Amino acid sequence: MEIVVIQVLNSLFYAAVLFLIAAGLSLIFGVMGIVNMAHGSFYALGAYVTAWSVAAASAVIPPAALFIFLPLGAIAAAVIGLAIEPTLLRRFYRRPEEYQLLVTFGLLLVLEDAIRLVWGGTPRTASGLVDSLGLLQIGGLPYPVYNLAMIGVGIVAALGLWAFVYRTRFGVLLRATAQDRRMAAALGIDVGRIYSLAFGLGCFMAGLAGAIVVPSQAAVLGMGVEVIVLSFVVVVIGGLGSLEGALVGALIVSALRTITIQFWEEIELAALYLIAAIVLLILPTGLFGKKA
Amino acid sequence: MSAPQAPSLVRRAAAAAAVLAALLVVPVVASTYQTQLLTYGLTLAIAALGFNLLLGYSGLLSFGHCAFFGAGAYAVALMMRYLGVTSMELFILGGIAFSAVLAALFGVVCVRHTRIFFAILTLALSQVLWTLAYKFFWITGGTDGLRVPFSKLTLLGGLVGFPGADAFAKFITSYYYYVLAAFCVCVALMWLIVHSPFGKTLQAIRDNETRARFLGVRIWRYRWLAFLVSGIFTGVAGSLWVPLNGLTTPDVLYWPQSGKIVFFAVLGGFRNFTGPIVGAVIFNYLEVYAVAVTEYWQITLGGILIALVTFLPSGVVGSAARLSARLKRRREALP
Amino acid sequence: MSLLRTERLTKHFGETRAVDGVDFIVNEGEFLSLVGTNGAGKTTLVNLISAFLAPDSGRIFIAGRDITYAPVDERIRAGIARSFQLVNLFDDLSVLDNVALAIFAREGKTKRIFALAERDTVVTQEATELLGQFGLAGKAQGLAGGLAQGERKLLDVAVAYALRPKLLFLDEPTSGVSTRDKAQIMDTVSSVVRGGGITAVVIEHDMDVVFKYSDRVVVMHEGRFLADGPPEEIRRNRDVATYLLGTDIDA
Repeated sequence: MEIVVIQVLNSLFYAAVLFLIAAGLSLIFGVMGIVNMAHGSFYALGAYVTAWSVAAASAVIPPAALFIFLPLGAIAAAVIGLAIEPTLLRRFYRRPEEYQLLVTFGLLLVLEDAIRLVWGGTPRTASGLVDSLGLLQIGGLPYPVYNLAMIGVGIVAALGLWAFVYRTRFGVLLRATAQDRRMAAALGIDVGRIYSLAFGLGCFMAGLAGAIVVPSQAAVLGMGVEVIVLSFVVVVIGGLGSLEGALVGALIVSALRTITIQFWEEIELAALYLIAAIVLLILPTGLFGKKA
Repeated sequence: MSAPQAPSLVRRAAAAAAVLAALLVVPVVASTYQTQLLTYGLTLAIAALGFNLLLGYSGLLSFGHCAFFGAGAYAVALMMRYLGVTSMELFILGGIAFSAVLAALFGVVCVRHTRIFFAILTLALSQVLWTLAYKFFWITGGTDGLRVPFSKLTLLGGLVGFPGADAFAKFITSYYYYVLAAFCVCVALMWLIVHSPFGKTLQAIRDNETRARFLGVRIWRYRWLAFLVSGIFTGVAGSLWVPLNGLTTPDVLYWPQSGKIVFFAVLGGFRNFTGPIVGAVIFNYLEVYAVAVTEYWQITLGGILIALVTFLPSGVVGSAARLSARLKRRREALP
Repeated sequence: MSLLRTERLTKHFGETRAVDGVDFIVNEGEFLSLVGTNGAGKTTLVNLISAFLAPDSGRIFIAGRDITYAPVDERIRAGIARSFQLVNLFDDLSVLDNVALAIFAREGKTKRIFALAERDTVVTQEATELLGQFGLAGKAQGLAGGLAQGERKLLDVAVAYALRPKLLFLDEPTSGVSTRDKAQIMDTVSSVVRGGGITAVVIEHDMDVVFKYSDRVVVMHEGRFLADGPPEEIRRNRDVATYLLGTDIDA
């Protein structure tokens, strides 16, 4: 029984991670209509930056205080995103989709190798953060408090994002631009700034997901592509461009993944995609999706 | 925006004949190493040819074509390992069969969707295949892969084999001509396909899906067929590649391999027939020399891809065609 | 039996009734114009009949056959074709190929994969003749994307015509074209269509064009038919004058 509870908690933790990534992807797609093939690389970036800064600082700072470095990964991802969007990507929004996909794919190739260039091939960890929060006893079985805390972070992020998009003034501008760019521009909205901020926010969320996950799972090469493959299942099932879809999709995918890993580990990814394929046959734009 | 007028059929045929003549003498004038390198280039060119049926002619960008290349490669390796097959002809048939089944299945999932989802799904499905290749290691050899030694290979239904001392040089020469023949067949077939009513229909769907639908064309059926043909061509490329490499590992199914295939087409120019072929061959040499210079060639590849898409979207061949057309117009305008 | 008959055809967009219980009858051989202000429902009606949109209620019959829920390709086989207000062509294919493709589609030859399209002389000949009828023969080898606007409009009609439909819908074939070209386009279209014995429904805004070329004029307003009859009758119709032309006919 306790094992089930623990699996559920693990599933929720991973769902939080997937949600952040998928929500970022959906946000960018919703506002600018592009799918950033390199989105997973921002996740990887967040993980590596956090792990590296935590490791660098752990010599002088006690473990508990290291938590202030957690957001660094998210911030780094956002900064790079903000730099890339106006320079590299913006000229492609009006061009055919192939070119957008090609340029973000090129970005994927560059970022994945850049990570290898900067941090090398050995995995980076920040497990000290997990240890510092200690363990909780769930019916006799120890469980890291860290995971529970990060589930909390996920919930806060979901609520925060929802409030931001639907309750703030900036959120209104965001949604206006997403719906009709020309109208927004005609109303005097600085569309370029909205694009940059939306892209930066999307990258921030991906980076945050990486930052959250790295204390629990080491940062390794290829994690960016591995996660983009998973988050694609999330947006395929949940629907692209929808926050509710990202949340529901993340929960479903995470649960399915936990289950399949229990019973037949090898086919985990194949099983997920089989299910995604079935969902697509019935609902071509996913559960909550908007047409491209 | 109009494309430059295509040169006359006679001139193109003459150019092709010249290129073929040059290709025929390569093993005679070049070293074994250079011949081997060009053979690699030809297999990649076949893969690019298959890929471009989707991108250039159907407007569908696939980031998962390494799945078919890898399927062709693994088909050969598995047939040799578990069925004791040695005939290259049978290997090619096996490669065709395996990649056809895969393309048919993947196609059903992918082609019903918008271009963005199509790109996402092809990438993802190819990675699913990759995980299967290394997880089922007791079948596929896992990360060590499966060996395909040329000494066990026979060409032309068993007529040509490679036992004995000087086998490698003999293998390279014979295999070069074999691949060259396959390349010519593939080029001829693909040329026929894109100029057929089917090919024109694909281009029409690419140009204006709505109008095509209003001609009574069932869009997704054509896309699926194109996907199938494309996958088979790329699968054949993979099957031809693996005896040359001597080995296939899950790396051949890892996503940057799909990136390379995309790169061939973008480098050469995907809006014309020969672009991807030229792109593949250029890349083949680029890679060899780039890898010698830096171990971070993936950054270079990505950077060049971004630069190409931003500044030279019609690729090498496309830009050359435009340039020559412009020069020709200027010459004709002069008194 | 009429060629086209709709029965209480209805389509809502939210609150708006774009097409409101329309009974539309078209008889064989007619050349009729469908007119009305913007938003009257003309294009929506054509979209419903040509399977671009699904109706909310009502039925559509072609030569007595119920095609209300039939997919596009079935409706084309039943004899419906249409051209588009915003020209829909295959810009990167040649002008000849655009028309040839329609013929290949009609003949069911589009799946032919091991045959050169150019070699099909039957199709090529028919396409060339058709282009000749529409005055586009000289441009046959050029790309469709390179034509002038008026020529593009004609090609759009030619492509639809190449399907040899029984019923041809033309959505504003002269819109976006200079006044001088309008007459030329309509002359060509009307002579080819009538010459081919094809029934045509033309959506049109230019009332001069309407009165000059049509046998019958149907006026739509707010999703319903306001008037339906020969041009002279419509010209005298008070309601039409008020709603459509915005004038008081007695003034």
